[in-house]
Amino acid sequence: MIQALFDGVLVGSVLSLGAIGLTLVMHILRFANFSHAELLTIGAYAALTFDAFFSVLAPPLAAGIGPLSMTLALIAAMVLAMGVTALSAIVIDRLIFRRLRQQAGPLTMVFASFGVALIVRNLISLGFGLHTQRYTDEIAFAVVVSTDPFLLVKPDQVVVLVLALSAMAALYLLLTRTTLGFALRAVAENPELAQVNGVSLPATVRLTWIIGGVLAAAAGVLFAIDSQLSPVMGRDLVLSLFAAAIVGGLGSVTGAMLGGMIVGLASSFALLVMPAGYKPAIPFLIILATLYIRPHGLFGEAR
Amino acid sequence: MIGLVSYLVFFFTITTILAIAVLGLNLQWGHTGIFNGGVVAFFGTGAYAVILLGGPERAGEFGGFDLIWPLAMLGGMIAAGLLALIVGLATTRLRHDYLAIATFGVAIAVETVARNAEYWTGGAKGLRGFQRPLEAAIGDPFLYNLGFLSVVILCLVLVFIALERLVRSPFGRLLRAVREDETAARALGKSPSRVRLQSFVIGAVIMGLSGGLYATFYAYIGPQDLAPILTFQIWAMLIVGGAGNNRGAVLGTLVVWGGWVGSGWALTAFAPQSMQLYAGTLQYILIGLIIVGTLMLRPRGLLPEILTVSARAAQGATPSESRPAMRTGQTTKGEKVT
Repeated sequence: MIQALFDGVLVGSVLSLGAIGLTLVMHILRFANFSHAELLTIGAYAALTFDAFFSVLAPPLAAGIGPLSMTLALIAAMVLAMGVTALSAIVIDRLIFRRLRQQAGPLTMVFASFGVALIVRNLISLGFGLHTQRYTDEIAFAVVVSTDPFLLVKPDQVVVLVLALSAMAALYLLLTRTTLGFALRAVAENPELAQVNGVSLPATVRLTWIIGGVLAAAAGVLFAIDSQLSPVMGRDLVLSLFAAAIVGGLGSVTGAMLGGMIVGLASSFALLVMPAGYKPAIPFLIILATLYIRPHGLFGEAR
Repeated sequence: MIGLVSYLVFFFTITTILAIAVLGLNLQWGHTGIFNGGVVAFFGTGAYAVILLGGPERAGEFGGFDLIWPLAMLGGMIAAGLLALIVGLATTRLRHDYLAIATFGVAIAVETVARNAEYWTGGAKGLRGFQRPLEAAIGDPFLYNLGFLSVVILCLVLVFIALERLVRSPFGRLLRAVREDETAARALGKSPSRVRLQSFVIGAVIMGLSGGLYATFYAYIGPQDLAPILTFQIWAMLIVGGAGNNRGAVLGTLVVWGGWVGSGWALTAFAPQSMQLYAGTLQYILIGLIIVGTLMLRPRGLLPEILTVSARAAQGATPSESRPAMRTGQTTKGEKVT
C-alpha cells in the first residue's frame, strides 16, 4: 500500500514535469501537441550521449555519488540535454508548426504533431537502435525503509523525486515572480491585449517552447534513471501526459502538477487491483471519467 | 503471370478495404471537421466483433455464435458505432482537442483489451479458425479471392454512393456548416454537438465495416493488426487524397498504400542486410513525412474539395449571387481546413 503510494508519487512527479510543458503549449499555442512526449525521448537520449562524452573526457565524473548509481557526469549531461531539447523544440516549431500556425487551423497542427512524433521517434530509433538502454549497468541496491508496512526505496528514486519537485518549484517562481512569467501568463490569458501592452508574441512562443523543452528533458532523464531508455518511451508516456493535463484542466500549471500526481497514483494503485497488461489503458479511463464528471478539469476554464 | 495477377487481386482487396475506412474518416474529418485520432479502435472493434459473432466456438471462452456472415458484419458495424457513441457523448460537446485526445486514448485502450482479455479476444494469439463465407463451396482459392475482391468493391461502391448522397443532402450541408462556423450553425437553431455526434458515429460504423471485411479476408484478427500506425496511414491517405472529397479519399488510399507496399518491397530488395531490421522504422518516417509534407506543401490534397453552398444554389442563383458565397466559403476553408 505505502509502496504503491511512493511509486505513484515518484512516477507522478515525472509526469507532472512533462504535463506542465504540454499544458503550457496547449494554452499558448492552442493545439494539442502529440509530439510533446518525443521531447522527453530527445532529452533522455541527449543526456545518454553527453553522459558517455563526459565519462570518457573526465573519468572521475563517472563514479557514482555516494550510494547513488547516478554520477556527476549524468547530472552535467542532464543540464546540457535540457538545452538541446529546448533547442529541438524551437527548431521543430520554426520548421513546421510556425508555418502551419500562419496558414491553417489548430486541428491541422494536431495532425502535423502526430507526423512530427512519428518522424522524431523513428529517427531516434535509427540513431540509437530499437533496443532499450540504461544510463548505467551498475545495480543500485534498494533500501528497505520499513518492513511493516513494506517499503522499498532506491537512493536514486529519492534524488529523482527531489529534482522533479525542485524543477516544479523553480518554474512556479518563474511564472509568479518574474516579468517573463507575467508576460507568459498575459499571452495565455489574452494574446491581443498582451501585445498591446508591449509583450512580444514570438518571444513568448519561444519562451514557451524553452520551458516545455527544459521540463520535458528533465522528465525524460528522470524517467529513464528510474526505469530505462527506449525510442518508444515518448509514445508510451504521451497518453499519461495528456491525462494529467486534462485532469488538471488544460492551461493550468498547478493543475498539471496535481494532475500528474493523480495519474501517477491512479496508475500505481490500479496495479493492485488489475493485471499489469491493462496499464496502458488506465490514462484513457482517467480521461474519460474526467470528461464525463468534470469536463474542464480541476483548474481549467471553459473555453 | 498468374502469380502477379493473384498478387494484384490481393493488393486491390486490401486497398479497397482501406479505402472504405478512409471514406469513413472523410465523413468525420473532411466534411464535419471532427478529429479522430483512433481510427484503428473502430476498425478493430468491427473486426473483432465480426470474428466473434461469425466464428466457431472457442473452448471455454467468449464467442462461437456462428452467425451467418451478413449478420456478423452488421454486428461488427453496430459494435463500432456503440464505441463511437460512448466516446462521442463525452467529447463532442467539448473543445476539439479533447476529442483528439480521447479518440487517441480509445485506440490504445482497445489495443490493450485485445492484447490482454483472453476470454473475450483471445489475447496475444488473436482469434483463429474463422470460416470465410462460401469458401468451401467455391473451393479454388484464386477464384475465391477474385470473388471476395468483387464483394469488397461492391461494398466500397455502396458506401461511396451513400456518402455522396449524404454529403449532398441537407444533412451534408449541415455537417459543413458545423465545420465552418459552429456559432452560425447554432444561431440557425442547429445543435452542433448533436450533428458532430451523428457524423462521428456514422463514420465509425463505416470504419467498423472496413475492419469486418479485413478480418474476414484474413479469417483472423489479432492485436498486432490494431497497431497505431494504421490510424496514421489512413490519415495520410485522406490528407494526400484531399479531405472533403470522396474521390480524393479513394485516390489517396491507392497512392499511399501503393507507396507503402512499394517502399516495403524496395527496402527488402535493395537495402543492405544490416538495415533490414530498420525497414519498418524507415517506413514510419515516410508516413510522418507524407503527413507533414502534404499539410505544408499541398494542404488541400491531390483532389481538393469542391466548394459549393448547395447544388440548388449553384444552379438556381445568378452568377453574381452565387460567387460571393462561394468565395467566402473558400477563404474560411483556406484558414481552417487542411
